Amino acid sequence: MSTAPSIPAPVADRSEHAFGAGDPVNPKPRRRRSRTPDADDTGHPNWWLTGLMVFLSLSILVPMYLVVVTALKTPDQLTGAGFALPNPIRWANFSDAWTLTKFPRAALNSAIITVGAVVLTLLTNSMVAYAIARNMHKRLFKGLFFYFIAALFVPFPILMLTVAKLTAQLHIDNQVGLILLYTVFGLSFNIFIFVAYIHSIPRELEEAAIIDGANTWTVFWKVIFPLLRPMNATVGIITCVWAWNDFMLPLVILSNPNSATLPLQQYVFQSTFNTNYTLAFASYLLAMIPLLVVYIVAQRWVISGVTRGAIK
Amino acid sequence: MTTTTRPPRTTGPAPQQVRKKGIASRTPRAFYWMVLPAFALFFLLHTVPVLQGVFYSFTDSPGYGPWNFVGLSNYKALFTDSRVLHAYLFTFQFAIVATILVNIIALGVAMALNSRIKFKTTLRGVYFIPYVLSILVIGYVFQYLFTFSIPAIAQAVGNAKFSTSILSDEGLAWVAIVILAVWQSAAFNIVLYLAGLQTVPAELYEAGSLDGAGSWKKFTNITFPMIWGFFVINMVLSLKGFLQVFDHVVAMTNGGPGTATESVGLVIYKGGFQGGEFGYQLANAVVFMIVIIVFALVQFRVLQREDVTA
Repeated sequence: MSTAPSIPAPVADRSEHAFGAGDPVNPKPRRRRSRTPDADDTGHPNWWLTGLMVFLSLSILVPMYLVVVTALKTPDQLTGAGFALPNPIRWANFSDAWTLTKFPRAALNSAIITVGAVVLTLLTNSMVAYAIARNMHKRLFKGLFFYFIAALFVPFPILMLTVAKLTAQLHIDNQVGLILLYTVFGLSFNIFIFVAYIHSIPRELEEAAIIDGANTWTVFWKVIFPLLRPMNATVGIITCVWAWNDFMLPLVILSNPNSATLPLQQYVFQSTFNTNYTLAFASYLLAMIPLLVVYIVAQRWVISGVTRGAIK
Repeated sequence: MTTTTRPPRTTGPAPQQVRKKGIASRTPRAFYWMVLPAFALFFLLHTVPVLQGVFYSFTDSPGYGPWNFVGLSNYKALFTDSRVLHAYLFTFQFAIVATILVNIIALGVAMALNSRIKFKTTLRGVYFIPYVLSILVIGYVFQYLFTFSIPAIAQAVGNAKFSTSILSDEGLAWVAIVILAVWQSAAFNIVLYLAGLQTVPAELYEAGSLDGAGSWKKFTNITFPMIWGFFVINMVLSLKGFLQVFDHVVAMTNGGPGTATESVGLVIYKGGFQGGEFGYQLANAVVFMIVIIVFALVQFRVLQREDVTA
């Protein structure tokens, strides 16, 4: 049943399918993609606007440049505005920052939490969304949907104090607790985009699999989950960036300094060595590099993934 | 196939109705098991803390040990606490200015990136960089920029006003935090607006050109109405996010100078964890939650139009 044939629908109930944006099974060329982005490429490029946009992009690049040059300087080179090139270059800043900010351990903690949160989120949130999307006509599941969505409007400060107490009482004031919290707190938003997408998957595929003897679990893992790949990419990227960069949850949840994540470690470092700027900047750069590298390598997917979440 | 398990109907409703009812009448048990663990965990880790928060907001609990019910006195005290009131003032000032700026800038950049320019992909990649950076870490970089770089430049050009750091200026420190917030979150909004702009059919612009519409006319009569839904979502999400500002403030000023840039989130954190004001700050958090919900609803109400469903 993994090679589910797309049998013609026995009944003419394809309305939701027809209105869904894009058919995930047989992706037809999307209109909005084929029609617009290059519709204006017929004429000459607007060089004036290009120049302006390149100039404005300096607002992004100059702070990044400052991080790099400052991270390579000796403290006595920190004069003036700080935009001068480092001379001589002090590579040892990185090895000092590496040990002083306990970078390996903090990076490992961040990596464990991020990977754990992404994997658990993808496996569970998509499943919850599937159950809800396919039973939306039942009061229980519809209620559950709105219950999860309503949490989008509950600000974190009201949970902050009590969830910290609760996780301490449950002895999950550690990496495991953070993985659970990211998975659970992300549910509100992720369900939203998963459900919209699942609605556009025709039910005939599942029915064919059931005829072949598959139960609901098999249908989900073998038929639906593989079809969710684009949305899994979107949710995975958003969860990854969130869990890696988040400061507030680790700050209030983690009790053991050894389980500190990268942002939390930066915070601790800042309050202890706040005048050692060259070292600090080296450690900022170290903390930024992992996601920046991922972003540069997978830029196209990252941006299109986030875009897909926006359209849904 | 679900229809075959059911006895034939005598009234003969439309075929698809039979099918719908067939599915509805026998939800496989597996569906319940799929949502049960998630519901249980969500209830335990989200709903229970919220309810506990509301409960303790009526007590004088310092966060540990014994406590007494104090009725509404926490709430009454909030409205005469100048530190809390100032935090609300700062938070709203910051959030409204940042929301407006971020949306204007993001829409402008998105339109430029969507138009006939060179190096489109590269530029889009550059403008999206801030999205993957930690607010706290890039906040420390901006703190350095505002503390050393900008005053040094101002001194070099002989500008007296900016030759001292604006972070130590009670009246201006919030501007620096707005700049950081706009810089960091414009990236995400640019992508949302780009997605919106790509849903506008090119034919509309062609028709507009035939009718002799200029760029501004095209923007107000075609682009903006067509992406109204994206605009609403962006405004609501931005304001909601900025009202909860925390990392930005911690990185740039930690609430200083004095308490000039303390946001509501920071006051709740400081008072609740370090100041022994657990119950009191929970009352503050309850009020804050109500304020955020009311603002989101009002925003949806005001921005919602009948012709567009956001």
